[in-house]
Amino acid sequence: MTSIHLVRDDLRPPGPPPRRHLISIADLTRDDVERLLGTAHVFEGSLTRHVKKLPTLKGYLVVNLFYESSTRTSSSFELAAKRLSADTLTVKSAGSSVDKGESLKDTALTLGAYDPDVIVIRHPQIGAPQLVARETRAHVVNAGDGAHQHPTQALLDLYTLRQQLGRLEGLHVAVVGDVLHSRVARSLVQAFELVGVRCTLVGPPALLPRGLGAETTSDIDAIRDADVVYVLRMQNERMQAGANYVPSLREYTARWGITPERLRPGQKVMHPGPMNRGVEIDPRVADSPDSLVEAQVRSGLVVRMAVLYDVLTGGPTGVRALAAAEVA
Amino acid sequence: MLWVRERPGENLVFRGARVVDPTEGIDAVLDVRVDDGTIVAVAERVDANEHRLVDAGGLVLAPAFVDPHVHLRTPGREDEETIASGTSAAAAGGYCAILAMPNTDPVVDSAATLGSLAATARLEAEIPVGFLAAITRGQDGEKLTEMGELADAGAAAFSDDGVPVASAGLMRRALQYASATGRILALHCEETSLSRGGHMHEGAVAAELGFAAYPSVAESVMVERDLSLAAYEEQPLHLLHLSAAESVAALRRAREGGGQASGEVTPHHLVLTDESVRSLDSNMKMNPPVRADRDRAALLDALRDGTIEAIATDHAPHARHEKDVPFEAAPFGVTGLETAFAVLYSELVEPGLLPLATLLERLSAGPARIFGIDRPRIAVGARANLVLLDLGTETRVTADGFRSRSANSWLLGRALKGRVAMTVAAGALVYE
Repeated sequence: MTSIHLVRDDLRPPGPPPRRHLISIADLTRDDVERLLGTAHVFEGSLTRHVKKLPTLKGYLVVNLFYESSTRTSSSFELAAKRLSADTLTVKSAGSSVDKGESLKDTALTLGAYDPDVIVIRHPQIGAPQLVARETRAHVVNAGDGAHQHPTQALLDLYTLRQQLGRLEGLHVAVVGDVLHSRVARSLVQAFELVGVRCTLVGPPALLPRGLGAETTSDIDAIRDADVVYVLRMQNERMQAGANYVPSLREYTARWGITPERLRPGQKVMHPGPMNRGVEIDPRVADSPDSLVEAQVRSGLVVRMAVLYDVLTGGPTGVRALAAAEVA
Repeated sequence: MLWVRERPGENLVFRGARVVDPTEGIDAVLDVRVDDGTIVAVAERVDANEHRLVDAGGLVLAPAFVDPHVHLRTPGREDEETIASGTSAAAAGGYCAILAMPNTDPVVDSAATLGSLAATARLEAEIPVGFLAAITRGQDGEKLTEMGELADAGAAAFSDDGVPVASAGLMRRALQYASATGRILALHCEETSLSRGGHMHEGAVAAELGFAAYPSVAESVMVERDLSLAAYEEQPLHLLHLSAAESVAALRRAREGGGQASGEVTPHHLVLTDESVRSLDSNMKMNPPVRADRDRAALLDALRDGTIEAIATDHAPHARHEKDVPFEAAPFGVTGLETAFAVLYSELVEPGLLPLATLLERLSAGPARIFGIDRPRIAVGARANLVLLDLGTETRVTADGFRSRSANSWLLGRALKGRVAMTVAAGALVYE
């Protein structure tokens, strides 16, 4: 017997094709990823020009709705929209009606009344982007929902890897740290699978979720086999008090912290930020030439430009994106 | 003790029904005659006389159902359910008796609260309803309720459902004291230091979606503890809403060892797995959570072989706005009274996974036996507690089609066979 899968689509009247959203890497095909990375590459070319602004999304409204603090994700989405000439509106939960107890549904309905073309949402709860997609007519881009997904982070990491190492297929990446609470890790595992990157998850036993279909080990020496070591942040704010995932941060650092001694010479290191220097990553590693952290931030801008462009235009190929960029 | 609004007994003749009463050993096309609410004839042909004649050709007539686990949200959340709406929903689901859980606001932990519920039920209950009382005052897990007085006031059994009795010492005292009242304990088994913060079953789906997980062992360690205590005290106990294969195995061992332990399972645990949570639909969120396919299969095996004697809906109504939020923010619980037979018939009986007679037994005689309720039966002299079932007709579950005040069903949008055509409870026609 098969289990029940609720299919409510059959109750919906026939209509135009569904709006494009970016909610999970699981929704993408390899072709989608290639197209997005190609578009990002085209946009990167435009950033070397004297005038960096493209008219591509002139007249579109992009709303950034952030229920959690963020530096690089919110700033890069805002800048990405501005570089493409879209109007932007940023709403943060602190200081908004969310403080007065407004539900996500009502906030979505309120913002939806402005007819935004895209809503970029970060929220501490899994599934918040789907709720916004259901309650508004906007294209929804997930900028992080709980421990579920952070798809633009995974895409910018693929972009960085290809740019820095020249390829994706056949690479081996060790992802180290608090996998259990990491939306970045969940998106990365799916993205790596799509493009043929081998992935090993490394961390304390209680921080490796049971049943995640990936290679896992608690042995930190396993990172030596990898081309790239991807360091996750120890998410203190998600650790329940007394949960005892690890006995102490000091013990975590001693056993799983990424130090120069644990790396091979020339082994590349990535981190989604923000870093806890001296906890999961030694400052000598963070500041070394083998750290790709700044390259990741730069990739974040062009990849998010590509994502905004892609959800709004129905995802043409890199060639048409190039033509659009040439209008500038 | 059960309470119901008084109604005149019905005069009816069911003509040509397939009468199925597994406990009486009946499965034949027969007529059934009800005089003034009592069954007076079960035969190949009975006279209708002045009685209303129900053409039951092609339909199944069975003993009506008993649900030992319902949340009526009264007192405190009458916006979600009342005794009137909940018993009306039960009538539409083919039930002739239901038992309501005491985790209301205030908790049913005094004879005064129980008495006010009984008084309301006598005025507005569409079908007979009984009330469990709490094991501990305010369900605080610290002080026993006055079980003697509560039993005298008609408490059907004792339960802290919704929360476990965390202290093993207190559980032992509860088992000891309840034995003096002649009522059983119905236990919600959850070790909260293991389930803490979990929104769904711990497994591959939770790992992928990122939800804090509620492992099956959080249930089974508590099941093992309570079975050990009950065996030591030589007392019966009833395990509510079982979800894990390991819990089923423990119950089976206890029964084989001579223990007086019983268990129940919900329709959603028999049909759904954690894969359903991929939809992020908050109507897939319940406590305990739906688990892996091996757990579902173990529950079905136990239901088939009688290790689990009862099907209970754990009907848990919630206000629309409380479920219309992201999965993690939604409360646990789904409704079930109006869909239980149809979904189990469609998903288990029709595909050949469970005999119809077994389903009917576990929905009626099984739970009645556990809680000491008169078994609904199709026999001359018995009070009429009957459900007429139309197995062939398909109906679609819609949010506006419920008698319950709430519509947080996991079956919205689904087409199901096994429609309830008519219900007779305590001799009165309560649904058609």
